[in-house]
Amino acid sequence: MARIELDLAHAYRPNPAQDSDYALLPLKMTFEDGGAYALLGPSGCGKTTMLNIMSGLVTPSRGSVVFDGADVTRRTPQERNIAQVFQFPVIYDTMTVAENLAFPLRNRKVPQDQIRKRVGEIAEMLDMSGQLNQRAAGLAADAKQKISLGRGLVRSDVSAVLFDEPLTVIDPHLKWQLRRKLKQIHHELKLTLIYVTHDQVEALTFADQIVVMTRGKAVQVGPADALFERPQHTFVGHFIGSPGMNFLPVEVVAGVLRLAGRAIAIPPDLHLPEGALQLGIRPEYVVLCNEQVPGSVPATVTRLQDIGTYLMLTTTVQDRIVKARLESDVAGLQAGDQVWLQLIGEHSCFYVNEELVP
Amino acid sequence: MSAVSKPVNQKAWFLVLPVILCVAFSAIVPLMTVVNYSVQDIISPERRVFVGTEWFVAVMRDQELHSALLRQLVFSFAVLLVEIPLGILLALSMPAQGWKSSAVLVLVALSLLIPWNVVGTIWQIFGRSDIGLFGVMLQRMGFDYSYTGNATHAWFTVLLMDVWHWTPLVALLGFAGLRSIPDAYYQAARIDGASKFAVFRYIQLPKMQGVLVIGVLLRFMDSFMIYTEPFVLTGGGPGSATTFLSQYLTQKAVGQFDLGPAAAFSLIYFLIILLMCFVLYNWMQSAGTHSGEESDHA
Repeated sequence: MARIELDLAHAYRPNPAQDSDYALLPLKMTFEDGGAYALLGPSGCGKTTMLNIMSGLVTPSRGSVVFDGADVTRRTPQERNIAQVFQFPVIYDTMTVAENLAFPLRNRKVPQDQIRKRVGEIAEMLDMSGQLNQRAAGLAADAKQKISLGRGLVRSDVSAVLFDEPLTVIDPHLKWQLRRKLKQIHHELKLTLIYVTHDQVEALTFADQIVVMTRGKAVQVGPADALFERPQHTFVGHFIGSPGMNFLPVEVVAGVLRLAGRAIAIPPDLHLPEGALQLGIRPEYVVLCNEQVPGSVPATVTRLQDIGTYLMLTTTVQDRIVKARLESDVAGLQAGDQVWLQLIGEHSCFYVNEELVP
Repeated sequence: MSAVSKPVNQKAWFLVLPVILCVAFSAIVPLMTVVNYSVQDIISPERRVFVGTEWFVAVMRDQELHSALLRQLVFSFAVLLVEIPLGILLALSMPAQGWKSSAVLVLVALSLLIPWNVVGTIWQIFGRSDIGLFGVMLQRMGFDYSYTGNATHAWFTVLLMDVWHWTPLVALLGFAGLRSIPDAYYQAARIDGASKFAVFRYIQLPKMQGVLVIGVLLRFMDSFMIYTEPFVLTGGGPGSATTFLSQYLTQKAVGQFDLGPAAAFSLIYFLIILLMCFVLYNWMQSAGTHSGEESDHA
């Protein structure tokens, strides 16, 4: 178990000149000992690169990796004592399930009786006790991935366990189960777990701290509610939530906010710079109101969808799409209808150059 | 299992007729002429006598043939024993990427492009103790080497020639098998702390198994039928040290014109190869399912 500090940059090509040459832009980050982290972002954003740098499969082109104060940048995965589970199942075909699970321990010359005990525990945890003597090669993909997970968890003294989208090949019902299991394992063993995914639900349910990444940059680190309530970057607002945050161009002129052709008084506790800004508001916080409410803006309904437990209202405000998630029954709204929306409130966020105005 | 009854149309047989004809002319008819010869004593083009199984009995009791068969078996297994491990070793040490990989591939494959009789000639000159590089070198090192005079030397020279000619085939097959292993396997092995040998034993070898089965079968069949190279190099000598089965057969059929015994022996030869391949294939296949369904991936 270890506290992991990164202060590095990585490019797969030599002599990177511009930002797009980097797989990981210069970053500083700390993963606390015993934390459950998720690296969340779209494909190609550098999540896997960061994971491989932590495990030692990739050496960063610049900077250092520090485990508990010791520089391990040049050390091998084995020396770092790290476990990693990959996106697609990796199993040793010629071995049984038990031998597969025991492999990392056997390579480290752990005594036989200890191996047997540990393999038994892990198999129990993964519901594989009945299959221990079966050949691993003949199993289905999800069973193989469970073995991979088991191999990642079998060592109890690891610095950290890294997961690289481990549940991609597993069907949804089992996914839930395994994710709960991982959470439970985290509570029991107090291991540092770092989980790479592009699925926000997976990240939000698994991790205490989520690192949102895009284009080689970590744009926000925080717990799920912070990512939801105060996205530090428009990308976070856009990526987290379903649907993502609504964004509208606004302008602050002489202390007055101009939105969709209307002048709105800025709430006294909000300090906004003059000039062009972006307003971000979650669909959950858009309120339907009437014309008399101060600060409301007109919108045109394009669609009203019934999504089971709630209604999704899609409108346009000056050519910009604004979605609202409405709990109440607003029957009778039709495409083309004029409605009034309250967009400014305690949940509104403002952005300059994609970054949140504090 | 569909319960739909299919219409019976005997005319459909005409559709497979071309295939039957092709196979008949390419395989069955020639084989049947051999069968025909094997049960007759051909005294002259006009006179022939039906002799039944007499030639088969005679061939089976032929001492010379027994020793040729034994020589052949020892040779073929020696070929497998040397070429398979050596091929794997070569495949493991070949660079995987970049121009070096292409260059090495071409270099390794070079000997496969040389015709059999040319290989024989190359080694005939290469091994000569008066002008050949190999022969002279051995002589200078104080080793009285002569593939024409010494039976052991001749046998090992033929083996060396076959190893030189055909190990690259095993290497190329192994290389192809190695390239099909996803990177994640090597990464996982590094994470699991596997030694180099463990990586070979538990990842590379199992993943190569499929292509190696093909390699073993090809090398066994080819070496069991070896003819041209020893014929050019040693002519089967000295004595009968390098007279392998096919050469013995040719001596009988063409040299002595004993068509009957030669035909009977051809059939036995054919059955031996069929049997050996059947046994080898099943053995390796069962080793495959025993240690994972490798052949499925290959």
